[in-house]
Amino acid sequence: MIEVTNLTKRFNGFTAVDHVSFDVKKGEVFGLLGPNGAGKTTTIRMLSTLTRPSEGTATVGNYDVIKDDNEVRKLIGLVSEKIIMYDRLTAKENLWFFGSLYNIPKKVLNTRIDELLGLVQLGDWKDSQVGTFSSGMRQRMNVIRAMLNMPEVLLLDEPTLGLDPQSTVEVREFVRKINRENKTTLILTTHMMTEADMLCDRIGIIDHGKISALDTPTNLKKIVSGADTTLLELEVANLTTNIMETIRSLKCVDSVSQENSTHIKIHANGDEAFDTIIDAIRAEKGKINSVQNLQPTLEDVFLRITGHEVRDKADQKMPLRAHRHFTPQRRVR
Amino acid sequence: MNVRSMISHSLRVTWKDLIELFRNRMGLIMLVLMPIFMMSMVGFIYPSDTSLGDVTVALVNEDQGYGNYPSASATLIMVLEQMNNASGLMKLVDASSLDEVRDLIQREEADGGIMIASNFTLSLINGKQGTITVVTDQSNPQMSTMLHITLQGVFEQMGTWLAQQTVEGLSPAVNATNSLAIVKPYNVQAEGAFSGTFSYFDFMAPGLMAMTVMMSVMTGLPAAISHEREVGTLDGMMVAPINRLAIILGKTLAQTVRGLLQGILILVLAVALFGVTIHGSILLIFALLLLGVFSFVGLGVVITSFAKDQETAMMLMMTLMFPMMFLSGVFFPIQQMPWYMQGISRALPLTYATTALRKVMVLGAGVSTITTELAVLIGFGLVMTAIAVPVFKRAMTR
Repeated sequence: MIEVTNLTKRFNGFTAVDHVSFDVKKGEVFGLLGPNGAGKTTTIRMLSTLTRPSEGTATVGNYDVIKDDNEVRKLIGLVSEKIIMYDRLTAKENLWFFGSLYNIPKKVLNTRIDELLGLVQLGDWKDSQVGTFSSGMRQRMNVIRAMLNMPEVLLLDEPTLGLDPQSTVEVREFVRKINRENKTTLILTTHMMTEADMLCDRIGIIDHGKISALDTPTNLKKIVSGADTTLLELEVANLTTNIMETIRSLKCVDSVSQENSTHIKIHANGDEAFDTIIDAIRAEKGKINSVQNLQPTLEDVFLRITGHEVRDKADQKMPLRAHRHFTPQRRVR
Repeated sequence: MNVRSMISHSLRVTWKDLIELFRNRMGLIMLVLMPIFMMSMVGFIYPSDTSLGDVTVALVNEDQGYGNYPSASATLIMVLEQMNNASGLMKLVDASSLDEVRDLIQREEADGGIMIASNFTLSLINGKQGTITVVTDQSNPQMSTMLHITLQGVFEQMGTWLAQQTVEGLSPAVNATNSLAIVKPYNVQAEGAFSGTFSYFDFMAPGLMAMTVMMSVMTGLPAAISHEREVGTLDGMMVAPINRLAIILGKTLAQTVRGLLQGILILVLAVALFGVTIHGSILLIFALLLLGVFSFVGLGVVITSFAKDQETAMMLMMTLMFPMMFLSGVFFPIQQMPWYMQGISRALPLTYATTALRKVMVLGAGVSTITTELAVLIGFGLVMTAIAVPVFKRAMTR
């Protein structure tokens, strides 16, 4: 459905997206996971014909995003990071305006608007101005706006950014429902590991404009926890530096990190790692309160692949072009 | 089909923009207030002959007279006071010397002065000219000129009257009926080419209308588009399979409606409050305004394409707007300017719109008399549009 080959975007010498290649099958949910400024939004914008690639090609449904841009536009729906809604128009007027740009017959459009509004439980609010909506309601509007033309491909750029936990869950469930019921192909970007893990069939980890790993969530996690790797969290009541040193000196242990005064996290390998570690602690007269065999998260994957944590960079942005500015209202909202 | 759907899409954009406009109460108030402010500001500040009154003038009489002859200066002052009482133009204050007059002007207690020379009576008796000096305040050129012209007229009139009496005494052939013609053979009268009285508003209203309508397109378009780009809603339109030009066309149409509303408001205000009379055809006036819009759209689009955010757009617009306001003959006739400024003025499309509109509104001109202006406006519009379309298309997909 979507083929991306060596897609590159440079802004005045700064490379936002650096030779990115991937393809997405029909009906698949593909996630681009990375910190802010990694190039996710620029990639989405190039796929949605809003930004012209500096190099490389991308096709959506066999249409080139540069040459056949209008054909691509007919196939896609864009849920932008910013809310694409006019505050002074009512919910219905907004949808009517955007829908009317797609040459949909009036009657069809009318019923579709009502259906979509009902789908996100905003039917009662259709005649209220969007400016009066809460951010959760606005984001739901933002999502259904992209679905007015029944797109085959839905591009979602940080669909849950800035939402409260409840709205986040609602939006995620709705997105999953769209994929399941309409067989819509989804590409979504996020900087949240849990979100990518929950929603995506395949994930591309993107950092500094490059895709550094691309696989299913399960396979990605295997990078961290192979058949051989054990990830343990231990609670030792009388944790001492002595115990820490002993564990660290064990052959099977890759790394030890202290979470707090009693908890330690151990990466180890080998079949007998578990027993060896427990025995070593016992020998030092350590009292083990609890042992947990951890499932690696994408967080760990990201850390392993990129060498730094996602959150490290979440606060500081890369130098970006004007179209990517976050306006203050957007943030405070 | 392609053109039809483009037009229908642009109408949707216009509809959306107008709803936004009319739901913005503050914006609507400003829309109405702006022309009112403009009209009253420029209308009342600009000085006119009738607005001058109670100008404080210091009077220095150094005339020493001559023996038993009646003092000529006393008669002069008497007549001056009589005339002044009738017109209320001046407030005469006595001063002792020229230095005191200067001092009074410096302390802003007087706006000017009149000094009668010490040998005034003597000169007149000896068949010489009597000297009267008018002192003006150079720091206020407008007032200075006005005072100078007015006093010159007053003394001229008094001199004529004196001369009339003298010639009547010289020859029996001269009497009260023909003395004026002998002393002053020419009677100069001023009359406008067209009947009716014209005020500064008649001069200004057409220019202000042209300016408001054209500016609203030039400034409104970049402001609207850069705002939508910043908020992100522009992407919603850009991602739809519509011609990029439909967006700009729709927005232009909305801004034109906004500008025309203001233009109509100015027209109504000018006619209702400031007594402006329209001599030409209303239809032609609106046709001209629309043509003005057309000639400015290209410029607006180019600014839009270059300005990445609202702030830059605003700054670009301000830089272009101010010279246009003052150099296009909206407030001051361009003939007053030095030649190089007139040159700049001739390069601005607003100049031609203003001139044409003024000809139509004030002089009742028809299409045939404004062909040059029409040609320039159409030409400018075509050239700017030809530049703007590719620039805009490029700028939209960066």
